[in-house]
Order: sequence, then C-alpha cells, then structure tokens
Amino acid sequence: MNGYFSSYLTVAVLLAIGLAVVSGALLVNRLLRPHRPTPEKLLTYECGVDPVGEGWAQSQVRYYVFTYLYVVFAVDAVFLFPWATIFAAPGFGVATLVEMFVFLAFIALGILYAWRKRVLTWT
Amino acid sequence: MTSQVPDLWPPSAQEVVFLLLGVVALGSALLVVTTRQLVHAALWLVVCFGALAGGYLVLTAEFVAWVQVLIYVGAIVVLLLFGIMLTRAPIGRSAGLDSGNRVTAATVAVGTAAVLVTVVVQGFATAYTPLEPGGGAAATLGASIFRSWVLPFEALSVLLLAALIGAIVLSRTDIRPANPAADAGGPAAPTTPPHPPDPAPPPADGSGATAGETGSGRVSRDGG
Repeated sequence: MNGYFSSYLTVAVLLAIGLAVVSGALLVNRLLRPHRPTPEKLLTYECGVDPVGEGWAQSQVRYYVFTYLYVVFAVDAVFLFPWATIFAAPGFGVATLVEMFVFLAFIALGILYAWRKRVLTWT
Repeated sequence: MTSQVPDLWPPSAQEVVFLLLGVVALGSALLVVTTRQLVHAALWLVVCFGALAGGYLVLTAEFVAWVQVLIYVGAIVVLLLFGIMLTRAPIGRSAGLDSGNRVTAATVAVGTAAVLVTVVVQGFATAYTPLEPGGGAAATLGASIFRSWVLPFEALSVLLLAALIGAIVLSRTDIRPANPAADAGGPAAPTTPPHPPDPAPPPADGSGATAGETGSGRVSRDGG
C-alpha cells in the first residue's frame, strides 16, 4: 500500500517541480522586466498588421466531426488497454480476441460511413 | 466488501487528501455554473475532472483515474470548447447566462443530490472494502470486463456508432433544407463575424450561402 502511494508521491512531486519551474520563470520575468505599457503595445499582435474586427469568430460545424472522431478513438483506446493486458492470459481464449474485433468492427462502420459521406475529405 | 468498521479517527493521510480533492472538485464545479465567462466554465471543468481523477487515484483506481484524464479532461472538454466555438455564444463576459428557471433547476439539483446521497449512505454506509494496490489496474479491470461485462461493452460500440453517425448527419453541410430561403435569410444572418477565418469554400451545389452561414445553419441560434 505504501509502495503505491509513494510511487504516486513521486508523480506529484514531479508535477510540483514542473509547476514551480514554469511559474517561477514567469514570476522572475515579471519582477525583472520594465513595465511601461502604451495602447499600441497592448494591441493584439497580428503578423505586424493592425488587428481588424474581434478575436472571436464562429468556427464551422464540420470541425465538430473531427473532434467527435477523436472522442470515439479515445474511448476505443481506453478499452484496448485492459484488453491488451489480458487477452493472452490463461482463461481468455479466442472469444476475447473476437469480442474486441466485433467492438472495433462496429466503430469501423462509423468510419466507413464518414468516408462514404465524404466527411473525411477536405473540399 | 466487508462490514468491519475501520478506525475513522485520526484520519489517515489518504483520507485527508481525498477530502481536499473533494473540496476542490465541489468548488470548481460551483464555479463552472456560476462563472460569467463560458470558456472559463469549460476550463473550471478541467479542474473539476482533474480533482475527480485525483480522487480515483487515492482510491487506488489507477486505470479509471487515467481514463478520466484521457477521456474527460482530454476529449470531452475539447468537445465542449468546440461546442462553444460553434455556437454564437459570446466569448467574453456575458450577462444573459442565467436561465429564468434557476429556482426550478436548483430545486431539481438539490433533490437529485439528496436522493443520491441517501441511496449511497443507506446502501453502502456499512460496506468497507480494503484498498489494495493493483486493485484498479488495467489487468483487473480487463478481466472484469471480458469475463462478466462483455455485452455492455459490445453495446457501447453500437452507442458510439450511433453518436458518430448522428454527429456526421448533423454537421453535414451538403444537405440543404427543404426551404433554403427560410434558412439563409434568417434574422441571425447579418451578424456573421466580419472576417470568418474559415478557408473552406462554399458548398459545391453553389446555392450562394457563405461558409459562415452554412456553418451556423445547423447549430442553435439562441446562443447570443
């Protein structure tokens, strides 16, 4: 039990060190740099050209499918990990192998549908 | 599960950490629903999900914790941010975020929470399980899924397929509505952003709609 928590304590300490390095660098920067803002300096930098309009624009709905495809494959991968650790273990036979491929086949149907409807091509 | 009551006082370090993570999760969840900036709400949701993942880790449910990070922090929040970017929701502070149904919603939320807490306390108040390292590892979970829960696992693939096809159908821009004039000439059309950054050309059928309009034709108009 202590081994489990001390291993994650290492992770937490590493995370804290990372945060300290980044925030420390930013903080030291803020303390050392001169701070004389002018309205021109505070403008959004847009390739050297004066920014036009607002920074907010509605994105197109077709991006949603790509995001959702990412979600589907993340869920997919999440089930592949436990499957990969056990499918060759004693007590799990060909059936376990087939079950995962049935799962993948259903999701592949979705990809096939997306491909047939030309969602994946960028026109 | 055993019913042997462990010592609850003094609390161990894990219990203290677990309680602190619970406080972080609850506080950030409250900020999600009270913040005036929609994008900040999505980012507070990251904190909330992260605290939940930490809670899973303390309970030795390692695999679920990292799934929480991968799926919820990684994918679901991105999906939500895209949802914000797709609608006409304002990106800065917005005053009109409070629904008129606040009282009803709060009542329903408190009622649901009361029912859930009652059920959990009544059902599991005397059930204790020892925490063992590896008890929530991928191998244990995989054995459980592929021994006992194969049917829900396969049903999940059908659910994902249905949601994927639904997302594709909803986001296809080449399906025109039956009455194009009603869609393109709606009241929201003149408020199209001044320079849509989208490089996509108009749809191939050449119906004259701009990219911004085809993008917004499928999503809710009541965002702003």
